Amino acid sequence: MINIKIFCISEVIILVTALVLAVLRSLPGPVFFPVRALAVVYTDFFRGVPTILVILMLGTGMPALGLAGVPTSQIFWAVVSLVLVYTAYVSEVYRAGIESVHPSQEAAARSLGLSRFQALRFVILPQAVRRVVPPLLNDFIGLQKDTALVSVLGVVEVLQQSQIDEAATFNGTYYLVAATLFVLITIPLARFTDWLIARDRRRRQAAGVPA
Amino acid sequence: MSRPVLEVEGLHKSFGKLEVLRGIDLALAEHEAVCLIGASGSGKSTLLRCINLLEPIDAGRIVLGGTDVTSVAGRTVNAVRRRIGIVFQAFNLFPHMSVLENVTLGPRKALGLSRGAARERATELLGRFGLADKRDEYPDRLSGGQQQRVAIVRALAMQPDLLLLDEVTSALDPELVAEVLNVMRELVEEGMTMLIATHEMSFARDVAHRVCFLDDGAILEEGPPEQILDAPREPRTQQFLRRIVEAGRL
Repeated sequence: MINIKIFCISEVIILVTALVLAVLRSLPGPVFFPVRALAVVYTDFFRGVPTILVILMLGTGMPALGLAGVPTSQIFWAVVSLVLVYTAYVSEVYRAGIESVHPSQEAAARSLGLSRFQALRFVILPQAVRRVVPPLLNDFIGLQKDTALVSVLGVVEVLQQSQIDEAATFNGTYYLVAATLFVLITIPLARFTDWLIARDRRRRQAAGVPA
Repeated sequence: MSRPVLEVEGLHKSFGKLEVLRGIDLALAEHEAVCLIGASGSGKSTLLRCINLLEPIDAGRIVLGGTDVTSVAGRTVNAVRRRIGIVFQAFNLFPHMSVLENVTLGPRKALGLSRGAARERATELLGRFGLADKRDEYPDRLSGGQQQRVAIVRALAMQPDLLLLDEVTSALDPELVAEVLNVMRELVEEGMTMLIATHEMSFARDVAHRVCFLDDGAILEEGPPEQILDAPREPRTQQFLRRIVEAGRL
């Protein structure tokens, strides 16, 4: 199923790019002001523009330029569009997580002589990411659903396919089938997150200690 | 006497318009344990954070083992911090790591010790302070006293030249204070050079080599514990100690 393929590829890329963006935006000091400003502009822009518009612009615009070396695959541009848009959303989730870690944690890490990067890598980010798993999953359910927007490019993904089938047979249940397929993917994702959170809580808290 | 482990000269520090430290002069010889006493807000914690370069200072000098570290930057800051251990009032253990991981993180990542060597060092220290069976627990599962002992072990695992303790028993339930004070007492007896901000006056009297009374960002009076605690010269020191006595803490 093409939606799953688009979803999986985008998700992996987004997890990384969004984290990088969030870290860039958290860099302290006046030296990094331009970096922070760029990150803010990026986030504001891609959160402000409707996803479908980005997909249309890149998916029809880029191949039409006919430049040498520019990929013409619409699926490629669909993935790029989703990555651009969702990186903005997900980086905000990461950033909220980073800011929720108390500054005393960084002080403790730095006081051991760890560098700023090491403190981030071993102390701040592990705690931040753990805290934002639920909202992160929320965004990924959104992403999974938004893969249907790729249909505007004429890519025959599940929504497009059900439209075709519906038009051919005047049978509305094809949409129901498509909806069921989406839910079948998103529900296991939700249960998986619940399991992750429960496992983390079990590991950190004793049987006798109230959560 | 050998060269002081730590020398602080004319240290000034302000937060905005509020001047927290107004010219601190302080020196610590090797194996010396000095207690900083004084009311909340007198600048004890800020002084310790400045010495550990966690706070930039406005004026003055900090000299560590003969090396001026006042204006070091970048990687050198990390190198300086490796030589100074600090233990915080609120423990600040890393909640996502086990006790062993908390203690081995610094030696492995900042000192470059191998996993095996770091574990060995950590296990030895944890055993010495009665925490051997807590090695694989997470901080949330420990009592406050145990957490603070782990935090002390975490600082010791770096084998620092100087240990800073910032009111390490203030956040503890009264019945847990003794176990942490005992660890500190042991360290003083072993000859660890320590600067201890504390409200535990009887501990200061028994253990400290010298007591400094900090008032409004300056060291108002200093000397042997008997002198400062029993026969203070300054009216402000007398007033402070009277309040402590009234609160039943001496």
